[in-house]
Amino acid sequence: MLDVAKLELTLNGKPIIKDFSLHVDRGEIHGILGENGTGKTTIANLIMGTNNYQPTAGRMTFEGRDITKLSVSQRAQKGITLAWQEPARVEGLTVRDYLSLSSHNGQADQTEQYLLTVGLEPAQYMDRDIDATLSGGERKRIELASVLAMRPKLAILDEPDSGIDIVAMPLLLNGIIEMNKQGSSVLLITHSERVTGIAHRVSILCAGTIIRTGPAAESSQWFKNNCLTCPHINEPTH
Amino acid sequence: MIGYSLEKEYQGMIDAYEKAGGDKRVLETKDVAKLVVHENKVLDSDDIKGLKIETKETKSGVSVKLTVEEGAKIARPVHLCFGLLPKEGKQEIEMKVEAKDSSEVSVIAHCIFPNAVKVVHKMDADIEIGAGARFEYKETHYHGESGGIEVIPKAKVRVAKGGVWQSTFTLSQGMVGRLDYDSEVVCLEKAIAELTVKVYGRGTDDIKIWEKIYLNGAGARGMAKSRVVLGDKARAEVRGETYGNAPYARGHVDCMELVNGTEAVATAIPIVSVTNDKAKVTHEAAIGSIDRKQVETLMARGLDEDKAVDVIVKGILK
Repeated sequence: MLDVAKLELTLNGKPIIKDFSLHVDRGEIHGILGENGTGKTTIANLIMGTNNYQPTAGRMTFEGRDITKLSVSQRAQKGITLAWQEPARVEGLTVRDYLSLSSHNGQADQTEQYLLTVGLEPAQYMDRDIDATLSGGERKRIELASVLAMRPKLAILDEPDSGIDIVAMPLLLNGIIEMNKQGSSVLLITHSERVTGIAHRVSILCAGTIIRTGPAAESSQWFKNNCLTCPHINEPTH
Repeated sequence: MIGYSLEKEYQGMIDAYEKAGGDKRVLETKDVAKLVVHENKVLDSDDIKGLKIETKETKSGVSVKLTVEEGAKIARPVHLCFGLLPKEGKQEIEMKVEAKDSSEVSVIAHCIFPNAVKVVHKMDADIEIGAGARFEYKETHYHGESGGIEVIPKAKVRVAKGGVWQSTFTLSQGMVGRLDYDSEVVCLEKAIAELTVKVYGRGTDDIKIWEKIYLNGAGARGMAKSRVVLGDKARAEVRGETYGNAPYARGHVDCMELVNGTEAVATAIPIVSVTNDKAKVTHEAAIGSIDRKQVETLMARGLDEDKAVDVIVKGILK
């Protein structure tokens, strides 16, 4: 479904992403596991086309079509979406409106169900603005609900667990599994091997390059044994 | 009762009122207080128990006196409709409002100038909010696309002990033209004032907004909030002033101006002043372009960029 081949990104003369290749299958939850500063959010931005990131080399195809130079909207219209690590807050835009405008591929009448899936009570949240009055965790869950509402072909979730408390974590993970059951492939970007426990395959990211891909349990264990104890963060040759 | 000769004007006003977001059914309901003024003609006026509307037609407009009786709680909003349908003309409204002690009322005003090419609309309001009274005033403008209009609303408001004044002025449909908005509120002990202005300027619109709140009584509270979005070559200057002159007075100025494009110009001048060591007044002013991350968030859900910007602008001005 998504093929990324030899992607490179250099910013201010510094290579951020190097020889990055990735394949995500249709119906797959594919985890990208990496420590802080390894390029996880940059990869999310490059695939979605956000933050003015354009690769300096390499190619991305989605369902066989080149998306490397498409705008954010064009990628979204092909079925790709992104849930940000720190979602934007928009004054005057209610949760109801946000879910409704996200649900053009889904079913607008199910917006309440999407909130319930991520553990938020519709009566308490539907008419609230997605502004600074929401906590970080609430905003993250609403972001996931909006991705559920969109029913994308591929959802890129950047650190969906950050800012989520221990009580809400199972709801969040269930929401991602539900999204996958609805037919969305998921690119699950995180630093937590607990989160990648729900993935089918996991790739390990170090210094902007994939150093290993394999079954989730195997890759997560390898990450735990090698990366979490590694004194050479972002030095993949070690 | 509307005379035959005025029927056409009345129908035109009602149609424009509906386009401006008003519900014309309320103007046909008898248990709702209302006033419809076209140019200098009173087309319809209804009182309700506890609320009286007196009018006098003048050469270029109408003098209006709106009185809410002591202790009266007006259940349904009062509807005011001012406008001018021809391309050219002048409308001057003198408004005197007296909300007596412990009264409560909500007023929804629509000012409609759908065909304006050379129109002046002035409003001078003198407003007294009694002790413990609550007065909510929402004014929405609907202008045409020519921009040939000058809107000059001025208000002086005094809020007695424990009274509440909340006003919202919205001009986001059609071209602004020239706007010179000036509102001044004096709050006595434990009185509350909340002023909100929302304007969307485009073309060569010229916008001046001046909100002043004097917190002269102990425990008085005030908030001057403005939201302005500018495109094309529009210009805006927003002055938000709050003065804390009494112990435990609390005030805040909150100004946000967004510029969409390279030729619009936005200026914010917040003034906060405290003359009592137990008063506290704060301000925040933000001027900038529309947040890129907000736009991309909506684009990532499939909206094209123009539609995403439109959703954000409408949210700010909602």
